[in-house]
Amino acid sequence: MRKFLNNKGFARIFHFRIQRWYFKPQHISEGILKIMMIASFIIVAGSLGLILYTVILKGLPSLNIAMITQIPKGGYYLGKEGGILNAILGSLYLATGGTLIALIISIPIALYLEIYAGHTFWSDLIRLSLDVMWGIPSIVYGAFGFTIMIALGMRASLLAGILVLSLLELPIMTRAIDEVMRLIPVELEQASFAVGANRFETATKVVIRQVLPGLVTAILLAFGRGIGDAASVLFTAGYTDRIPTSILEPVASLPLAVFFQLSTPYPEVQNRAYASALILTIIILIISLLSRWISGKLSKNVIK
Amino acid sequence: MDTHISIQDLNVYYDKNQSLKNINLDIPKNQITVIMGPSGCGKTTLLKSINRFLEFTEGTHLSGQILIDGIDIYDPSVDVTDIRKKAGLLAQHPYPLPMSIYDNVAYGMRIHKMRKGKFLHNSVKHYLEMAGLWDEVKDRMNSPASRLSIGQQQRLCLARGLAVEPEILLGDEPTSALDPISAQHIEKRLLDLKKEYTIVLVTHILRQAKRLADYVIFMYLGEVVEHGMAAEVFSNPRESRTRAYLSGEF
Repeated sequence: MRKFLNNKGFARIFHFRIQRWYFKPQHISEGILKIMMIASFIIVAGSLGLILYTVILKGLPSLNIAMITQIPKGGYYLGKEGGILNAILGSLYLATGGTLIALIISIPIALYLEIYAGHTFWSDLIRLSLDVMWGIPSIVYGAFGFTIMIALGMRASLLAGILVLSLLELPIMTRAIDEVMRLIPVELEQASFAVGANRFETATKVVIRQVLPGLVTAILLAFGRGIGDAASVLFTAGYTDRIPTSILEPVASLPLAVFFQLSTPYPEVQNRAYASALILTIIILIISLLSRWISGKLSKNVIK
Repeated sequence: MDTHISIQDLNVYYDKNQSLKNINLDIPKNQITVIMGPSGCGKTTLLKSINRFLEFTEGTHLSGQILIDGIDIYDPSVDVTDIRKKAGLLAQHPYPLPMSIYDNVAYGMRIHKMRKGKFLHNSVKHYLEMAGLWDEVKDRMNSPASRLSIGQQQRLCLARGLAVEPEILLGDEPTSALDPISAQHIEKRLLDLKKEYTIVLVTHILRQAKRLADYVIFMYLGEVVEHGMAAEVFSNPRESRTRAYLSGEF
């Protein structure tokens, strides 16, 4: 390293750079952009760092093995003992169920939009509706789900939570898959047709390999949105200290665990809220790392 | 001269525009037939009518007959996948499939259930050798095809096309996206392959046409202006439009 720094060539280049940097007018705009780039990096990385710092600092002392292996003792609102296993499992149930239903609905929609509809008035209308749905605040979905539940005489339950979450995730997933499919080159499909493959073989052996990384990303993106959402499950899934044994029972969730624990007057319970937030953050971190890893593995063969 | 592909009264329309007008041609077996002409004259349309690729463009319809080995390929009883297996296409820009080098060549053979196990392996080797790519890829058969250079990708596409045992090779300006050395590679392969295959090539490079062609078709504005043996057409064109094209006027 020292040898590198003592290198005259390096010093000359560095010096030259500084000269250009300050004195050549055409480099001023570049300098401003560079400063803006650094500033935006600091804002993004700094906010993430600060959030993690707060959550870890406040949550780590309360985090213990009981938190993730036991259900609450003394009630979720006031209890200082036990854990939040009910909320961890509840969130996983809710997000998995919601993602599965959203996937089952969104793949046919995306296929229809891409292969059959193309760019007609109706397909553009569908895309617009999905984009509007994407923008609707989740509390509105919650309220909407609640209204329907009342009309049907249903109680807050895992099933209702899953259905509302799937509605929330549907636009995200459909638009993400739609975008991935739109990027498939026509020539790639034709390359398969050119050796005498039919549509089915082309779809299952070529197109799927090309879209799989994007598909995984879309699924995990939607899953991440679903597991982190509090407002949509507040009315529809309810909250409970128990782990549900049927889809018609109410279910706890991590975002709401944070919400309830944080709104108690006791500092010990409030600190448990940060521990819950830490667990939720870790789950989401695992999901996003996993999605990067999987799509990296799968995109090895993708043709650009 | 044996006729392999016989095109009779072919008319092709894109919506209301007629892009091919009354084409009548006999394409000879085991020779290189070059279709040339200025851009937009219908060269590619004619080529793509031979493996029924025109069907991918919406609003296309066609009248007339194209006979390969005496069978009309547009007959409703004919399976389109058989036609495309028989007439392989080398596209303008190489598109390997999103899989390994080995799987790319094996793709067609697996789909048509032509080979299995050791036989499949030997065939993959054989066709990569035919395409002149084997020596460059034999140590990395399982790495993604997308990592090959563009010239290697085009030869891989050639091997993939040859692997389904076609009788005809269609080339749609197959060297236009390649560097001169890779282009030379492909040209050399095509000259080797004409012993076993009927090759139909679209090109807008006149010198390439002169290097490769046994039989020449000159097209202009959707019509066949002149066709005949390469030596005749190049040295002594009958039509004034051909003469003008050959001397570089358009």
